[in-house]
Amino acid sequence: MLGIIKQKVGARGLTAPVFGDYMQKLSPVASAMRDFSSATKKMTVRDALNSALDEEMAADSNVFVMGEEVGEYQGAYKITKGLLDKYGPDRVVDTPITEAGFTGIGVGAAYHGLKPVIEFMTFNFSMQAIDHIINSAAKSNYMSGGKINVPIVFRGPNGAAAGVGAQHSQCYGAWYGAIPGLKVLVPYSSEDARGLLKAAIRDPDPVVFLENEILYGDSFPVSQEVLDPNFCLPIGKAKIERQGKDVTITAYSKMVGFALKAAEILEKDGINAEVINLRSIRPLDRDTINDSVRKTNRLVTVEEGFRQHGVGAEICASVVEDSFNYLDAPVERIAGADVPTPYTANLERLAFPQIEDIVRATKRACYRSG
Amino acid sequence: MALARRSSNLLKPLSTASSSSFLNRRPFSTDDSTTITIETSVPFTGHNCEPPSRSIDTTPKELMTFFTDMALMRRMEIAADSLYKSKLIRGFCHLYDGQEAVSIGMEAAITKKDCIITAYRDHCIFLGRGGTLLESFAELMGRQAGCSRGKGGSMHFYKKDACFFGGHGIVGAQVPLGCGLAFAQKYRKEDHVTFTMYGDGAANQGQLFEALNMAALWDLPAILVCENNHYGMGTAEWRAAKSPAYYKRGDYVPGLKVDGMDAFAVKQACKFAKEHALKNGPIILEMDTYRYHGHSMSDPGSTYRTRDEISGVRQERDPIERIRKLILAHDIATEKELKDIEKLARKEVDEAIAKAKESPMPDDSELFTNVYRKGYGVESFGADRKEVRATLP
Repeated sequence: MLGIIKQKVGARGLTAPVFGDYMQKLSPVASAMRDFSSATKKMTVRDALNSALDEEMAADSNVFVMGEEVGEYQGAYKITKGLLDKYGPDRVVDTPITEAGFTGIGVGAAYHGLKPVIEFMTFNFSMQAIDHIINSAAKSNYMSGGKINVPIVFRGPNGAAAGVGAQHSQCYGAWYGAIPGLKVLVPYSSEDARGLLKAAIRDPDPVVFLENEILYGDSFPVSQEVLDPNFCLPIGKAKIERQGKDVTITAYSKMVGFALKAAEILEKDGINAEVINLRSIRPLDRDTINDSVRKTNRLVTVEEGFRQHGVGAEICASVVEDSFNYLDAPVERIAGADVPTPYTANLERLAFPQIEDIVRATKRACYRSG
Repeated sequence: MALARRSSNLLKPLSTASSSSFLNRRPFSTDDSTTITIETSVPFTGHNCEPPSRSIDTTPKELMTFFTDMALMRRMEIAADSLYKSKLIRGFCHLYDGQEAVSIGMEAAITKKDCIITAYRDHCIFLGRGGTLLESFAELMGRQAGCSRGKGGSMHFYKKDACFFGGHGIVGAQVPLGCGLAFAQKYRKEDHVTFTMYGDGAANQGQLFEALNMAALWDLPAILVCENNHYGMGTAEWRAAKSPAYYKRGDYVPGLKVDGMDAFAVKQACKFAKEHALKNGPIILEMDTYRYHGHSMSDPGSTYRTRDEISGVRQERDPIERIRKLILAHDIATEKELKDIEKLARKEVDEAIAKAKESPMPDDSELFTNVYRKGYGVESFGADRKEVRATLP
């Protein structure tokens, strides 16, 4: 596993050779294992995404993959590995480095009934094409009174990788999450990656699918059900990754692993945290979040993105609106530092939430010191 | 201009309502076997391609159809102007009068399985694809009977069953979208093409060149139709483009400069382009045209161009007058009969407006429909979530 991700898988300056630190933090935690008591197999997130794409392409000839280096290069992060050989260049389309152009072409193809899966080498580059995602894709069904739906998936790594600096290390969850007409999915585990990507491809609306580069090489246990070609997860439903009674921690993508790790540490201090893996930022599963907070009376939100107008801000607002009287403590928000991402390791570490930040904030929410 | 005429027995009443046009009220008989050969107003100019012949065959029926359809488009736009001024149309409204020959000529060369996508000056393109006056006016006035159920407005007309994909408000964005439609056509191995329309303003957009590059790499059946009306809003072409020869701007992509005020030149060019695109991939058609109105309703259209220029074009190049002259020159109809057609267009437009006004505004509950095709029953909120919330269908 490490062998794979230690390769220089990046392109366009996207090398991510330093994983050891993250790998340790993200080794699947015991609590995650509990959900898969019947699990017999482990699968990397990369293989989960690859198999989901493969199966959906096999099932529906309208599904095709388009983006930079998805074909002959086998994917900048090898998510599309092997697909060109299997489905040919008509369905695995290498594009020039022109995001606005190929994103618009993808949306146009979706207008006419195809089901494009558009890969952004990273979501940072989707800024070149954000007009097509928002104005051309998200709004067309509404503007046309329901005539023109847009069955398209925009996918790729999102958020910070390691050591790639400010222009390649931003989470766009809150950006896309703000747009009606889009669905925004944020997988954490291999189960999420498979189930949500298959759901996204089958969905008749535009879906922004935010992956995480650091998670690609991580292995998670997968049940037989998850491996079934018909497996699909519901869009808009969060998953309670860890049951708890004292405090609710919400997280998405890589931060779910951090939250689970924090919950283990907190358990030793007698705090029983419930960890919610959001899975979907839009629609946001307000019911699951509020039900949990009504049980635990405390909330900590965790995200890598910026705090201001962030996902945590929306979750906090939802809880204040619907469950104000249940709160026993101020809501705590753990988020990315309010700075462009620095390059150097010590500053980069300070720019993103660490497990100890989650532990500290959760204790604060529980009125427990140190 | 008129070269040959082979029949004069043209004034029998039409017995059946079969018509290639969107109106079934033609009072003139036409013998389909009658062929009239005419010559386009000016020669085509080619870029990396051998231009088609100036000589084109038509029929009395087609001439009458062109006249009738363009008269209706013209009348619709004039009426929209009045409705706007009486505040029955809101927001933006971009009128097409002057440019009618582009839609008419294009439609005459292609089928409804060929796709069209355009920018915000879309009313007449919609009509050309078979959309109705009622759907148009109801949409402009934000009514339920509108083609987008009142949710799109002037800039967002669509007719998917006739492969018309909008109606887009972001200048230039429709060009990659159109190349995407062509991508889908090629992917499915169809024998159809996409006409992607944009103005001289959009011709300088970067994404156009990105999409054109891919269209050429992949031989997509994409025809880029640059409707050069010589002003991007109020900026004259020469102030915005280092090279205003838009048909040459594709460099490695062939192009054709066409008199966009001559419906027959447009038809000939579109036929040529369709054949080219199916065989060889993309081509650019620059339609030299003119809009009589300003850019939009807030633009009197007179600060950046002279009134003489506008009236000169009206006198010398008007697309409807060109057809009128051909019809008269060939004794296909009398001046009075043509006036009657224009009167009928006025009547039809007035009736459609009256009917559109009877259509109710969308129900409040429509605020939350069509956000998604599949809303998963998710709860959605209005401005005051305690007051207005809905379950998305």
